[in-house]
Amino acid sequence: MANALPTVGQRFTNGLFSENPTFRQILGICPTLAVTYSVASALTMAGAVTFVLVCSAILISQIRHLLKPHLRILVFTLTIAVFVTIADRLVAAFLYDMSKQLGPYIPLIIVNCIIIARCEICFSKQGLVPAIGDALGQAGGHTLGLLAIASTREILGKGTWGGMSVLGDSWPAWGVLAAAPGAFLTLGLLLALVNHLTDKQAKPMWPFGALFNLLGRKRQVAPVREK
Amino acid sequence: MLDYLRIIILMAVSTALINNMIFHYFVGLCPFIGVSRRVDMAFGMGMAVMFVVTVAASLSWTVTYYITSPGAPLSQAIYNLVYPGSTTLVDLSILNYVVYIFLIASAVQLVEMYVRKFFPPLYKAFGVFLPLITTNCLILFVCLEVAKHIGPEVARDALWRLDHTMIYAITAGLGFTIAIVIMAGIREELDHADVPRALRGPGITLVITGILALAFMGLLGMDRKLADLFAKPAENTATRLVASPDAAGQPNPAARAANQDAK
Repeated sequence: MANALPTVGQRFTNGLFSENPTFRQILGICPTLAVTYSVASALTMAGAVTFVLVCSAILISQIRHLLKPHLRILVFTLTIAVFVTIADRLVAAFLYDMSKQLGPYIPLIIVNCIIIARCEICFSKQGLVPAIGDALGQAGGHTLGLLAIASTREILGKGTWGGMSVLGDSWPAWGVLAAAPGAFLTLGLLLALVNHLTDKQAKPMWPFGALFNLLGRKRQVAPVREK
Repeated sequence: MLDYLRIIILMAVSTALINNMIFHYFVGLCPFIGVSRRVDMAFGMGMAVMFVVTVAASLSWTVTYYITSPGAPLSQAIYNLVYPGSTTLVDLSILNYVVYIFLIASAVQLVEMYVRKFFPPLYKAFGVFLPLITTNCLILFVCLEVAKHIGPEVARDALWRLDHTMIYAITAGLGFTIAIVIMAGIREELDHADVPRALRGPGITLVITGILALAFMGLLGMDRKLADLFAKPAENTATRLVASPDAAGQPNPAARAANQDAK
């Protein structure tokens, strides 16, 4: 185990792609779903999560030798709670309207599984540099996931992206995507899309495989069984 | 007494059905997706959450009301004892998040020990769910809602007492239980269905949850109608009895007048 720990670069790219917290690990989806009705709020949330992840990476990786096994989860949670309080006050000080909009979801970062999982898997086992690389990778992956969901929901739900008009006034805003059910539907379908595009067994022409499936055409299967 | 019953019914309808924790606030999704494979397990999880959330919300109400809210009696009294004659308002609300998370963790531990000692069958039924609940967003969310309804900036009649908090917590847990049991029922049937490869697992669960959330959106506005119904029962019955067909949907006389103005 000790010699198999990934390096900084691996940690970073893993967080972005192969261990993406939103689409691969499906962690911390409560705030993910709640704040993605618009791109602006999603970016604020992603910024807060990045801040908390990096800060707890620095602190936890420095005190990792002092942690007692049976108390470590409590220590993780309390550390995260302190940084979330700081992030909450910062958002309230500089982005007051946004903090009113996001309401309880910024404090809910405390119980966001991403951060506790990273504390357990990486921060408490590796030094400062890999921990920060891991935190940045996970935060980047989380931001990418949030942006994908928020863009889909806002563009289709309101016809705008970050407040700018994209699809024009004639677009019949799909209100349901901006409302609560749209969050579940968007995440579910995006998850299926990502699964399909990265599926090793669904061979044919990976960019178009998903389109073929959507159009209902049967994919070609190697005719081994039919003999 | 009747008034109290109205509060309970209104709060139950609005918390458990309309503002359902899963379908409206998106909290508690991790156990909702993780533990909704079998109906009995889902029910166990729902009961455990309901139990813990009530304990944790009561504890956090007590701490918030007496210690951390701005100008709370206990901390203000201690401050005035140390600095007599000072007029500063003591505000410890910055400690809220740390205190809540600590309270939730200890509440889960306490509940676990108590149940193991005095109700072994119940403990066996809860199994691994009890310790898992510490990191359930729902508990923290309810505590934060409680904190929002305590303090000097809250209007006097909107202030939550301990009993309001407990009703809120129980109905929040009830809403969670309803959602997770429905989901588990659907997923048990889903085992026999041929789901596309890419959608298997969490994907199809999320899509079904979205459709369920659409269904629950149909209940929007029910609490307002109920409140109208409760507000003036006598007048209401009269209105409903003599109402013309086009006003039947609006039992509140004021709303009906507004509607007629609009016409």
